[in-house]
Amino acid sequence: MKKLVILGAGTAGTIVANRFKRVMDLDEWQITLVDPDPIHYYQPGFLFIPFGMYTKKEVIKPKRDYISAPLTLIQSAVEEVDPAQRLVRLANKQTLSYDYLIIATGTDIHPEETPGMAEQEWGKSIHSFYTLETSLKLNQMLHNWEGGRLVVNVVENPIKCPVAPLEFIMLADWHFHKHGKRDRVEIIYATPLSGAFTKPVASRMLGELLERKNILVEPDFMIERVEPDARKIVSYDEREIEYDLLVTIPLNKGAEFIARSGLGNELNYVPVDQYTLRSKAYDNIFVLGDASDAPASKAGATAHFSIDLFTENFLRYVEGHELKPYFDGHANCFIETGFGKGLMIDFNYEQEPLPGRYPLPGIGPLTLLEESEFNHWGKLMFRWMYWHLLLKGMEVPLPSEMSMSGKRLV
Amino acid sequence: MVAKTIAGKTVEVNEEGFMTNPNEWTEDIAVEIAKEEGIPELTADHWKIIHFCRQSAGTSGKAPTLRQITTGTGISTKELFTLFPKGPAKKVARIAGLGKPEGCV
Ligand SMILES: Cc1cc2nc3c(=O)[nH]c(=O)nc-3n(C[C@H](O)[C@H](O)[C@H](O)COP(=O)(O)OP(=O)(O)OC[C@H]3O[C@@H](n4cnc5c(N)ncnc54)[C@H](O)[C@@H]3O)c2cc1C
Repeated sequence: MKKLVILGAGTAGTIVANRFKRVMDLDEWQITLVDPDPIHYYQPGFLFIPFGMYTKKEVIKPKRDYISAPLTLIQSAVEEVDPAQRLVRLANKQTLSYDYLIIATGTDIHPEETPGMAEQEWGKSIHSFYTLETSLKLNQMLHNWEGGRLVVNVVENPIKCPVAPLEFIMLADWHFHKHGKRDRVEIIYATPLSGAFTKPVASRMLGELLERKNILVEPDFMIERVEPDARKIVSYDEREIEYDLLVTIPLNKGAEFIARSGLGNELNYVPVDQYTLRSKAYDNIFVLGDASDAPASKAGATAHFSIDLFTENFLRYVEGHELKPYFDGHANCFIETGFGKGLMIDFNYEQEPLPGRYPLPGIGPLTLLEESEFNHWGKLMFRWMYWHLLLKGMEVPLPSEMSMSGKRLV
Repeated sequence: MVAKTIAGKTVEVNEEGFMTNPNEWTEDIAVEIAKEEGIPELTADHWKIIHFCRQSAGTSGKAPTLRQITTGTGISTKELFTLFPKGPAKKVARIAGLGKPEGCV
């Protein structure tokens, strides 16, 4: 019996386990997942909760609904991996041995890493929406808010779902319009990037969109500290921005046990070969989803595309074949732009997002880098696909490798 | 990509002014690009960081992020911002003849 242990049963861990369940001979393989949290979160939904567009109920389900025999799920946290002995030590004192290990413990927010952030004003004038708890708190806050200056700040990149802060801002703009408060709200986006987004064409087009919506961008803003009583954020180069409401995307870091096990980089992400997602240090460890240092977008869509071709590659590999450099860094994201519209971007390691149509060249129905109502419905429909198809490891009718047809070079 | 003459040497740069071939880099080029970036003189601390970045890129194939520089050199983020004002990771990468840091996707 060969042992495969999967650390983390979030998006990536659950999808890959269910894929394996379909294709592996489970008389020969024992598959064990480890995760301390019994709840599965639909994280893209956290974006909508502050505005009352989704409820808590719509974004959580028990993990057990998605992981069933012969897969085993142990509810405990990983304390340490010992790659030399091929052992995983858990918080419940259990020790698991493995032949192959998949690390899929994702990334999480760390507000305590920025001085002044997670102190007396946390949850009062300082909020986030990157976890269920913070997005619910922000919902209450926005409900009662009279207006003032809203500052949205990204502490440091990379973050998961790099477009989420922009979407939040555009949804906030819409929300305040709807409630007749927009004239009493000033919106500022303070970002460590030099523009609205990471890649040039998308950054320009998104930047123009923000301008039209009367949202101010403060670029190259690397936050050093929050002054919670004075209600201002201060950058390393001593720029100060005052706020009435601060919505932050705190530092994102991989799980602590990765550092403890000597497997991580300075942000606890595991260095991998970006085309095979195998650990650079150990040839029986793979890293899927947000937990690796691959220079792809940390997004559920990326995890899904990477897993599409991973399972078959892995099965060939354990039979002694070479790993194929199969993963092109393909990512695509719906971007909510407010007023019932959205746009979409599709890109990979090499190719930045461009305008055009997706997935059918010339037809769409989704429009790339252009607003449309269909994109907004696409995003809302995606929640259904996530719970009913994606997590169960079923095929989703989208190509996993990126295609250039349908895109316009600009 | 365009050819550009810096410190008497013709090198390739991309549309954002980053050199595309780190092997074409010289210390004289660094001094010139630093001036373009508003740093009139490179001190020992500047050089320490530039050399660290080139070394790091030599092994990883890409320019280090801000956090990698602070972890790797022991120089604080605050100091980095004094040495290379506004966007130090990007600035030092350009001066060191490396591509733009990818820290953000
Ligand atoms: C606000 C927001 C909006 C988003 N919007 C989108 C979107 O529109 N489109 C998109 O594609 N993506 C989006 N994402 C990103 C997406 O949710 C993640 O990229 C995706 O969930 C990554 O999957 P993962 O399996 O790597 O990590 P996760 O799904 O986060 O799972 C990690 C799992 O590891 C477990 N774990 C952590 N530590 C340990 C430990 N020590 N031991 C054992 N288990 C552990 C956790 O409990 C968790 O279950 C969004 C994210 C956020 C926060």
